This record gives sequence, structure tokens and C-alpha cells, in this order.
Amino acid sequence: MEKTVNQKAWFLVLPVLVLVAFSAVIPLMTVVNYSVQDTFGNNQFFWAGLEWFKEMLRDDRMWDALGRQLMFSGIILLIQIPLGVFIALNMPKSGFWVSFCLVVMSLPLLIPWNVVGTIWQIFGRVDIGLLGHTLAAIGVDYNYTSDPFAAWVTIIVMDVWHWTSLVALLAYAGLKSIPDAYYQAAKIDQASRWAVFRYIELPKMMGVLMIAILLRFMDSFMIYTEPFVVTGGGPGSTTTMLSIDLVKMALGQFDLGPAAAFSIMYFLTILLISWVFYTVMTNLEKREG
Amino acid sequence: MAKITLDNLAHSYLPSPKGEDDFALKELNHDWADGEAYALLGASGCGKSTLLNIISGLLHPSQGRILFDDVDVTHASTADRNIAQVFQFPVVYDTMTVRDNLAFPLKNRGARPQYIADRVQQIAQMIGMEAELGKRARGLTADAKQKISLGRGMVREDVNALLFDEPLTVIDPHMKWELRTQLKSLHHEFGHTMIYVTHDQTEALTFADKVVVMYDGRVVQIGTPQELFERPEHTFVGYFIGSPGMNVIPAAIDGQMANIHGATVALPQAYDALDGKVEIGVRPEFVTLTEGEGLPVKVRRVEDVGRHKIVRADLFGSEINIVAGEDTSISPDMMRVTFDPAHVNVYVNDWRRAGKAA
Repeated sequence: MEKTVNQKAWFLVLPVLVLVAFSAVIPLMTVVNYSVQDTFGNNQFFWAGLEWFKEMLRDDRMWDALGRQLMFSGIILLIQIPLGVFIALNMPKSGFWVSFCLVVMSLPLLIPWNVVGTIWQIFGRVDIGLLGHTLAAIGVDYNYTSDPFAAWVTIIVMDVWHWTSLVALLAYAGLKSIPDAYYQAAKIDQASRWAVFRYIELPKMMGVLMIAILLRFMDSFMIYTEPFVVTGGGPGSTTTMLSIDLVKMALGQFDLGPAAAFSIMYFLTILLISWVFYTVMTNLEKREG
Repeated sequence: MAKITLDNLAHSYLPSPKGEDDFALKELNHDWADGEAYALLGASGCGKSTLLNIISGLLHPSQGRILFDDVDVTHASTADRNIAQVFQFPVVYDTMTVRDNLAFPLKNRGARPQYIADRVQQIAQMIGMEAELGKRARGLTADAKQKISLGRGMVREDVNALLFDEPLTVIDPHMKWELRTQLKSLHHEFGHTMIYVTHDQTEALTFADKVVVMYDGRVVQIGTPQELFERPEHTFVGYFIGSPGMNVIPAAIDGQMANIHGATVALPQAYDALDGKVEIGVRPEFVTLTEGEGLPVKVRRVEDVGRHKIVRADLFGSEINIVAGEDTSISPDMMRVTFDPAHVNVYVNDWRRAGKAA
């Protein structure tokens, strides 16, 4: 059969091209543009080559922020994934309480991020906050504005409160998709509760858990609003995550060149880690198959 | 191995059932004899699986008792009942190898490693999967997975009963035959009590010593294939077993004669006056198409199915099926049918009624 040739068909792709250009390509290229140039104001730019990239790579400030960022993502993944699975396992399977639990669990996900930050900022204050005041009253030395450890605990607990629901909901969806026959067969085979989890529930949840891990990693690696509102990156720079540092550099100090170089490296890092994650996990699944 | 007794058993999925219609399984008393192979036959949704799950303890009955060898197990767990059950769709532990899958029920019960290894090898041979023992179960085809499920059901030797819930649905036709034969030989060898749920009459009739036919939550007949064929206790059994099913014709009964639209048919026995919906049932195999005498019919079409012919005809406005021999020629002059009097059954409100001995 002969194919009809009609070059006008390209027009059908045009809307997508325009959309992608304005939403992704042009903003990204603007950043690339800044990253290879220097300016002394007056809207005059000079070619700087890879100078900003080299400078940023030598800068301890970025490496420290990266270290904190990795630690933060690592800790919240280690807490949220098992906790989310645990909650999903203990949720009711049918009846009125299912919808009740789902609604209650969705609530933290619906709150705007800066409001989440504000809630915890006030909640943790020693003078008027319920949490801070109570801890102080029972003699715990807790002050997230001066103690780095307290600040870290606060933002981690806040993130766990904010996002564990997402993992739980995904895991619950995975659990619900397991046919009853599997549980019945396990009963017939006299499998222990642990064996049911290990050989039925966990393998069947792997797909959604992989998505949960990826989502939580990417989101936590880019976290900005909540810690910014609670601690502002302090005390000192102990809770300054990559994005907080980036905003300080770009908007606070107006160092557009280095900040642009920083952004690009930040973006590539997330891309790289996500890709590694995805590849490793799909391979794991294949090898099991 | 055990005798299983169902005593006044009934089940409803509703929390407070009102009438009989609320029950998925209507009141039932029955003994499943030790070491016998039963087929539980019925259309989808007639309560077969409900009954099976109650026996295995996955479901607790709303009323009545279950006894294994006269010991009440109504409230015993599935594990305590020591039952093996195979489900309609394959259930395998994806991340385990085929070997571990087969060994799983034995390991959970703490069997000796040497015994487990021997037994797994034996079962693998039986289901023809020795070569795949080291493979992960995940990548296998549906029928290979179902064979593993069957194997897991058979791996324990000391089970009280083996229950099968339409286990061959997903299996290829030629493999179906082979597995069914294997199940049968397994039954001969070990003498387990087996209950096999199916909606396929061929499967039921070839597998079982006794067939239990269920209809609308009720057991309507228990019998050998022969009994089900010759004396269906309920019109449903007549319809459901046989191909095509039994002809059921409304009739008025007077003594030893049935009256159909003015024509008379001889019955094997005499009856008193009958109330309710009265019908006679006669299997197509016992109907003969003739030129001379009998009830007037109009032949609609003739289907040649190989070993015999099925004649679809019209009798006083309703359909009647006739099975004719392969070599019988059907001529346009054949406009009447006769029934074999010995095989005409009488039904009142769908249940067979026995007459007075003639």
C-alpha cells in the first residue's frame, strides 16, 4: 500500500512543540545561557565558558548542601517507606472505616506547602507552640531555632507527617489489587503472617513501592518551602538544603552565573540519581522474574 | 482422610438473612464418604464455591455444623482442618522457585528436609515439571502456574480432603485431559476424599464416582453419572446434564397415561391426581422420529454432530430435541415422535415424582 505524503501534518505537532518550548526548553536554555556568561550589570554579558561550573565544583558550600540533602532524603525514605507500608497493612479492608481512613490520610497531602511549614513552625515554638511548650514543660531541651539536632528532628517529623500518607495510599492500592485467592491459598498452606507479607504482599506491592520511592526521593531532594518556612535553613546553615542554598545565591546575592551553573548541576544530579534508581529497580525485578 | 459430614448447614452473605432467598447456600445435610471422589456440578453462582470454602474453613457458615470423622470442626481454622485446596486461577508465590513453591506447605508444617526433597521430586514428576524446578515461578505461563498450584495441593500426603475449585479452567484442552487423568490415578493410589467443583458436565462425569448437582443454592441430586442420566430428580438436572438436555413437556396425568394437547403418552407407572405444575421429562436419546404413529411434530433442522444426529423439531409450539443414530435417515415424511415408555419421568413443580408400581 502506498502511503499518503502530506507535509501539512507537521502542523498537528506544532501545539505540543510550542507548549514544550515555553514550559521547558526556553526556561532551561535561559539558565544555560546565564551559566556560561558573566555580567557587571547594565544588561551587558560576557562569555565565561565553564568558569562558573569550575568555581561551583570547588565550592565547599555546595558540597555541604549536597551532603545535607542526601542525608535528608535518605532519612525520610528510610522512615516513610516502611511506615507507609505498615500503615497500609493495618488499614481496614472494607466498610465505612476505609473511606474514613482514606480521607484522614489525604488531609496532609491537601495542605499547601507553606502552610505545612507555618503549622510546624508555630507547633514547635517553645513560647506558644503546643509541641515546643509541652516538651519544655516535661524538661526536654528542645529549641529548633538554636539547636541543629532539634531543627533536623523537626523538619524530618514534619516531612514524615506531610508525606507518609502518599506512600501508605500507594501501598494500600497495591495491597487491594491482590486477589483473595492468594490469602486463601496461604491459609491452606499454613503460611505465617510474616511469610504472607514476604512472599505475597511485598512482591505484589513492589511496582507501586518503586513509584513511591522515586516520587518521594525526587520531591524530598527538591524540598524548599517547608524547611525554609520553619528554620530558614538555620541554625547557621545546618538545615540549608540545595534548593534553599540555590535561592539564596540566585535571589539573595544575585549571583546569576554561579546560581545558573548550580541549577544545571542540581538538575542533572536528580536526573542521574532517578535514572540509576529506576534502572537498578527494574533490573532487580527482571532478575527475580 | 476423613468422612465429612454437613449437618443442617446453610450460609448467607447477608448479616441477618430474612427469607430463604437470602441464603447463598440453602439448608443441607450430607455425608461425603471417606475416600470417594465427588464432583460438584452446577451453573455459575449456584453456591458451589461457597460450599467448598465452608468445608475448607475459609468461610464460616451462618448455621449448622461440619464434622470430620464425627469431630466437630465448624470453628476450627483452615490449618487445623488439614485440607488442601486448589483455586480456579493459579496462585503461585512469584518470588520463589518452582521447587520452593512445591515445598512451601511442607516447610510450614515442619517436615524433614530429606522428606521434603523426595516428595517435591515426586510431585514434580507427576505434574511434568522436573526440568523447571530451579526456575522462578514468575515468568511461567498460566498453565504451568496452575500445575504448580495443583502440585502444592497434592504435596501433603496426610490431608483430610483435597478440594478443587474449577482448577482446569485456564489449562489447555489436551493438558486438561492429562491432568484430570493424573488426578484420577492419584485418587486411586492414595484414596483421598476429593471434591471437584466444575460447571463442565464432561469433567464432572469423567472425574467423579458421584456427582452432586447444585441449583440455586440447593443440592438437587447426588448420584452416579448413570443415575443422573436416567432419573434426573429435578428438571434442572435434566437440562444441565446431557447434550442436548432433557425435553420437558407440560402434560396432564391420568393414571398411567400422560395427556399432551389431546395426544396420549404411556408412562412406566401409574399416578394419583397431581397438583401444581405437571410436566413429563424425556431425554432426546429416548425419543424416536417415525412416519406412522405418535405425537405430531414439525422438523426444523437436523444437526449432524458425528456419532449421532440431533433433530430440532416443534411439538405443539415448543421445541423438542431428538437424538437419532448416525445411520438413520431422516425423511420429510417423518412427522411424528414416540417416547420410550420406560424412560419417561414425571415432574411436579420441577421435582421428580415416583408413581405407584404398575
